[in-house]
Amino acid sequence: MQIKTLAEFAAEGSMPDILFWVGCAGSFDARAQRITKAFAQILNHVGVSYGILGKEEMCNGDPARRAGNEFLFQMMAYNNIQVLNGYGVKKMVTTCPHCFNIFKNEYPALGGHYEVIHHTVFLQNLINEGKLVLKGGGSFQGKKITYHDSCYLGRGNGIYEAPREVLAALDVELVEMKSCRSKGMCCGAGGAQMFKEEEAGKTRVNWKRTQEAIDTGAKVIAANCPFCTTMLIDGVKKAEKEEEIVVMDIAEMIAQSLQETSLNNTGQ
Amino acid sequence: MQIVQQLLFILLATVAIYLFARNVGRIRRNILLGRNEPESDRKDQPSTRWKNVLLLAFGQKKMFKRPVPALLHFFVYAGFVLINIEVLEILIDGVTKGGPYHTFEHFLGSFYGWVIGFFEILAVLTLIAVIIFLIRRNILKVPRLNMNELDGWPRRDANTILYIEIALMTMLLLMNSAEGALHLHSGEAGGFLISQLIAPALSGLSDPSLHTLQVLCWWGHIIGIFAFLNYLPYSKHFHILLAFPNAYFTRLEPQGAMRNMQDVQNEVLYMMQPELAPPPPAEGETTPAPPRFGARDVQDLGWKNLLDAYSCTECGRCTSVCPANQTGKKLSPRRIMMATRDRLEEVGRLINAKQEWKEGGKTLLHDYITVEELRACTTCNACVEACPVGIEPLDIISQLRRNLVMEESNAPGEWNAMFSNIENNMAPWKFSPDDRDKWMEEMNAAG
Repeated sequence: MQIKTLAEFAAEGSMPDILFWVGCAGSFDARAQRITKAFAQILNHVGVSYGILGKEEMCNGDPARRAGNEFLFQMMAYNNIQVLNGYGVKKMVTTCPHCFNIFKNEYPALGGHYEVIHHTVFLQNLINEGKLVLKGGGSFQGKKITYHDSCYLGRGNGIYEAPREVLAALDVELVEMKSCRSKGMCCGAGGAQMFKEEEAGKTRVNWKRTQEAIDTGAKVIAANCPFCTTMLIDGVKKAEKEEEIVVMDIAEMIAQSLQETSLNNTGQ
Repeated sequence: MQIVQQLLFILLATVAIYLFARNVGRIRRNILLGRNEPESDRKDQPSTRWKNVLLLAFGQKKMFKRPVPALLHFFVYAGFVLINIEVLEILIDGVTKGGPYHTFEHFLGSFYGWVIGFFEILAVLTLIAVIIFLIRRNILKVPRLNMNELDGWPRRDANTILYIEIALMTMLLLMNSAEGALHLHSGEAGGFLISQLIAPALSGLSDPSLHTLQVLCWWGHIIGIFAFLNYLPYSKHFHILLAFPNAYFTRLEPQGAMRNMQDVQNEVLYMMQPELAPPPPAEGETTPAPPRFGARDVQDLGWKNLLDAYSCTECGRCTSVCPANQTGKKLSPRRIMMATRDRLEEVGRLINAKQEWKEGGKTLLHDYITVEELRACTTCNACVEACPVGIEPLDIISQLRRNLVMEESNAPGEWNAMFSNIENNMAPWKFSPDDRDKWMEEMNAAG
C-alpha cells in the first residue's frame, strides 16, 4: 500500500478517514523514523484509510511553548490550524504524546478542534475491534518487559491502561518499575529539556529512570514516545546494557510481531 | 467572681477572633493581588469542584498514596475537626458561665458521655500521631522533611505546631481526668472513656487542687486554641483552612494542558490577519499598557497560584517525586511554593506599611526563584499529581519561564537555536523541511 499525503488525496478529490500526524521526531530523527515506519506498516496491514501532511506538516510549537516562547508557539499553531482546517481534518492519530497533548488540550482554545488519538490507544482499539489480530506475541511471548509511562500520556492525560493492554495482547510478562502509572518518573526530555543540557546535579534524569527499568530485570523497555525512547536508549548505553536490553516503541513491537507471524505463515 | 471570668473570657475571645479575622483579611487581599484566572475564573462546573472538596480535602484521597503518614494525619485531622465541637461547648460555657459547665450535657443527656469519650479517644490518637510526627521529623529524619530549604523558620514552625497540639490534647485529657477524680472523691463514676483511666492517678490530690487543675486546664486549653488560631495565619499550618477552597478551585482540565496566553494569541492573529485587528486608538485616547508576558512578580501570577502558596503546608511530596530534585538539581517544587508565599508576604508588608504598593526593588523572579531552578523543570507534572490539596507548582514555573524568554530573551543558547530552527525549518532540529516525508518515500519505494 502506498502512503499518500492529504495534498495527493485532495488532488484526487477524496479524503482519508484519519490523518497520521508524524511529528518532527518521527519525521527526522533516525531512530524515531523506525517508530513511524512501524506504525505505518501496521496501518497498511490493517488497511486503515489514512494520510499524512508530508512537507506541509510543521512543528506544532510544543517545545517552544514549554520553554516559554509563547509567540513562536502561537505562530506555529496559527499556521498548523490553517493547514489542518483547510483540509477539514476531523480526526488524527499521532505517535508522539507531546503532539497528542497539545492538539487535544491546547489547540481547541485557538480554533483547532480535532479528535486526537495517541497511537497506543489507536492500537488498542484496533485489537479490541478485531481488526488487528496478533497470533501470539511472536518473540515477545512470555518475555519480561517493562513499560515506561510517558508524562504527557500518563499524568498529562490519564492514559495508563491502553498501552498495557496492547502489551498484554502480545502475551508478554509485564513487570512494573518502582515508580509507574501516575507515579511514573520522567525520562528527562519533557519541557524542552530534550533540546538543552541538564542543569548541574548528581546524575541525569534519564540515567536514573533507565536504572529503574534495568532493575526490573526486563529485556525490553517498552515506550510510547520518541523522546522517551531516545532518553532510555542513552540510559541503557550509559549502563552498558545495550547487548541485553532493547528499548522499543509499542508500535515497533506490534510491527515486529506481525512480521514474525507472517514469516511463519509463508514458511508453512 | 463568675461575672469577672465571663467578661475576661468574652474579652479574650473577641480579641482573638478580631486579630484572626484581620490577618485572614490581609491574606485574602494578598491572594487577590493575583491576576484573574482565565475564562471561568475557576467557578465553572461547581458539582465537579464540590466533589474535589469532598474527595481531596475531606476525604484526603491523595494523602492515602502514602498510607502510614496518611493514617496518622487522618487522626490529627479528625481530632481537629471533631474536637472543635467540644471547643464550641467551651465557648458557650465560657460566655455563659465563665468556666467548665458541660452545656451540651444538658441537651445530650447520657449520650454526652459517649461523645466526650469519643473525643478523648481522638485526643489520644492525635497525641500518638503527633509524637510519631515529631520522631519522623527529628529522629528518623525522613528525607522530604529534612531538606535544606526547611532550615530556620520552616523547621521551627513545623515543630511548634506539633508541640502546641501536644499541649492542647494533654490539657484536654487532664481537664477531664481532674473532674473524674473529683467524681471519684464523691463516690461517683469518675471521668469518661480515657479520663477514667487517668483519674485514679489524680485522686490523691485534694478537692480544691483538683478543681484548680480542672479550671486551669480549661483555661489553658481555650487560651491555647485562641493562640493557635492566631498563629495559623503566620504558619504553613494555615493549610487546615485553605485546603478546602484550594481543592474547590483546583484545575479541572487535564494536567497536560498549559495556560493559553490570549494576548499573544491575538497579537499573532492580528499580524496574520490585520483586518481583524481593532482600530488604533483615536487622537487623545491612551493606548492600553502592553500586557506583561508571563510572570515576573507575584501580582503577575493568577490568584489561584497565590492561594496555592498559602495552602502549601510544606510536606514535600512534590519535591520528593520531582525528577530534577531526585537527580540533585536545585529545583524543588516545594521551594517554588515557599518562595512565592515569602514574596507575597513581603509585598503584603510593603502594602501595609505604605498603604500603596509601588513596584521596584525585588521581584519573585531572580530574587526569590532563580533561573537555574526554572530551567531544570521537565514539566512532567509529578509535583502537581503528588499534591494532596491540588497545588500546581508547574503553573508558576511555566509563567516565570515565559517572562524569562519573552521579556528578557533569557534562554540557553541551545534553546535559542531550537527556536530559530522551528521558525526557519519548521522543526526543532536543523533539517530541511523537504526531508520531512523522506521516510514515506523510502517506504513507498520499498513497496
